[in-house]
Amino acid sequence: MSAEAPPAPTANPPALLELDKVRTFYGRIEAVKGLSITVNEGEIVTLIGANGAGKSTTLRSIQGLTKPKAGTIRFAGKEIQNAPPHQIVQMGIAHSPEGRRLFPRMSVRENLEMGAFNRSDREGIEQDTEHVYSLFPRLSERRGQQAGTLSGGEQQMCSIGRALMSRPKLLLLDEPSMGLAPILVDKIFEIIQEINREGTTILLVEQNALIALGIASRGYVLETGRVTLSDRAEALATNDEVRKAYLGIS
Amino acid sequence: MATDTHTARRPVLAVLPRVTGLLNRAVTIALLALLVFWLAVNFVQGPGQFGSVLLIGFTNGALYALIALGYTLVYGIIELINFAHGDVFMWGTMITVSIAGTRLGLDGSQSGIVTFFGVLAAMVGAMVFCGILNPTIERVALRRLRNAPRLAPLITTLGISYILSNAAQFFYGPNYTGVGAILPSNILFLDWPAKSLIVILATIPLLLALTYVVRRTRQGKAMRAVAQDMDAARMMGVDVDRTISFTFALAGILAGAGGTLYVLEITTTRYDLGQIGLLAFTAAVLGGIGNLTGATLGALIIGLIQAFNEGLSWHAPGEQWTTSIVFSILILILVFRPQGLLGQPEADRA
Ligand SMILES: Nc1ncnc2c1ncn2[C@@H]1O[C@H](COP(=O)(O)OP(=O)(O)O)[C@@H](O)[C@H]1O
Ligand SMILES: [Mg+2]
Repeated sequence: MSAEAPPAPTANPPALLELDKVRTFYGRIEAVKGLSITVNEGEIVTLIGANGAGKSTTLRSIQGLTKPKAGTIRFAGKEIQNAPPHQIVQMGIAHSPEGRRLFPRMSVRENLEMGAFNRSDREGIEQDTEHVYSLFPRLSERRGQQAGTLSGGEQQMCSIGRALMSRPKLLLLDEPSMGLAPILVDKIFEIIQEINREGTTILLVEQNALIALGIASRGYVLETGRVTLSDRAEALATNDEVRKAYLGIS
Repeated sequence: MATDTHTARRPVLAVLPRVTGLLNRAVTIALLALLVFWLAVNFVQGPGQFGSVLLIGFTNGALYALIALGYTLVYGIIELINFAHGDVFMWGTMITVSIAGTRLGLDGSQSGIVTFFGVLAAMVGAMVFCGILNPTIERVALRRLRNAPRLAPLITTLGISYILSNAAQFFYGPNYTGVGAILPSNILFLDWPAKSLIVILATIPLLLALTYVVRRTRQGKAMRAVAQDMDAARMMGVDVDRTISFTFALAGILAGAGGTLYVLEITTTRYDLGQIGLLAFTAAVLGGIGNLTGATLGALIIGLIQAFNEGLSWHAPGEQWTTSIVFSILILILVFRPQGLLGQPEADRA
């Protein structure tokens, strides 16, 4: 618990999240092989990489859903790699996972309530629900509908909205663009930027590197569980290797 | 060409399922009509007898429901059939005998007030005991197997079933043990078994309380979330381990209450009473496993079938056929409606 002052990299803003040589396994398969990344307060940081690179596993490790076998994860100065997921949520990390993972037989409204599971301030919850509805007016129209019957875009909105309901300091977004029409993707990414402007730090996982680098300040490129490149987002977007591998531009 | 034959054949193929569907429906209707006719004749021949058989049916049903709900609650949340559940219920009956009979010496000779509070004490005791026993089983033996292949926890519950049953044999002996007739068997002028009525009246508030817990409380919400998507529930900050413990506790509490009511109704019990769990489990599957209303409905149906079969006098197959009849119905249901009466393929579990 005693926060041994982490060696501050530079005189930068304080690191909100720091992964140091994190290794995560599924059985004998090592999905994340000594990953080190940093997310500073107020940033949007993106993890890009091909399918199977270990992006989702990284987010699941941060959330405590798959325990890292080695390495440390520090959030707001505390080591959390051994904390159970429900404590990590209470510390201020929320997750909109790959595949949305809504509760299919609960309404939109009940899904949002689940996002606020550990809160008891009724008024605050009510306010945040309205706030989510104002970010995603579509959800407001569908508030009574079972989440399992929503369209893909609506499910994505509901999943992000649900994650916001815990008032997180850090929001983990796993492929919010997946399976959505381009217009909708633009719309959702605008809202992600708005959420960030409102003060939520965001770690964004995407296969759609172009759009992710478009809104992020920094990015990491993952390949088979390792960081192969890390830089400012604009620099990555113009990096030849990245352009070849992930932007489909030669 | 291929499209031609396809369109040519289509009407024939389309009609086929409709014909078999009609046939199914006709057979179902015919069977139900036969059942109604049989019940009607029995009713006309002896309305008084029919009435008390009906009441016994509801009583059986209420008892089965209290056990069946335990199977369905646990299945709903971790998709495990807890074969030890019947034995937890059996322990509820044993604790009831210990408290009401051995400790308090209730035998029907006490005043109404003493009997009432004595029975209440026994019931609370059995509920607390089973409400602790059941989550302890989960904590000690099942939790570590949560990510193991399905068969491992299933077999474990079978083993625990034997342990609980043998432990009861050790403490209470191999023979029937029991209490006297604590409750009166008649009320006023009615030829109705009063104790049966009391069993039903005691079950209703328990079912209402369960519904309230599952639908309205925070823990109930957590249960529904874990049942629908365990990982997503974790991401919402639900303590999944605690929620599962809570579910086992609820199941145990209901089984404990059922144990007390069983002893009041039947007055005797034995170490192997847990086998009754098989019928209750059948009720849960009949209603749609994982569905609470379904478990209650299935239990009522099985309770009524048992009572009609064993209590009516006009062409009833009789007691030795009860189990066969119940399981035949189960097989029919599983063939024609595998998800059970109220279970939809995507049933609203818990
Ligand atoms: N539940 C699992 N069991 C076993 N292997 C897994 C599991 N989930 C992911 N993996 C493996 O871990 C690696 C990383 O997967 P993942 O983190 O999902 O990658 P990404 O999100 O970048 O597509 C892949 O090789 C994948 O096959
Ligand atoms: Mg992924």
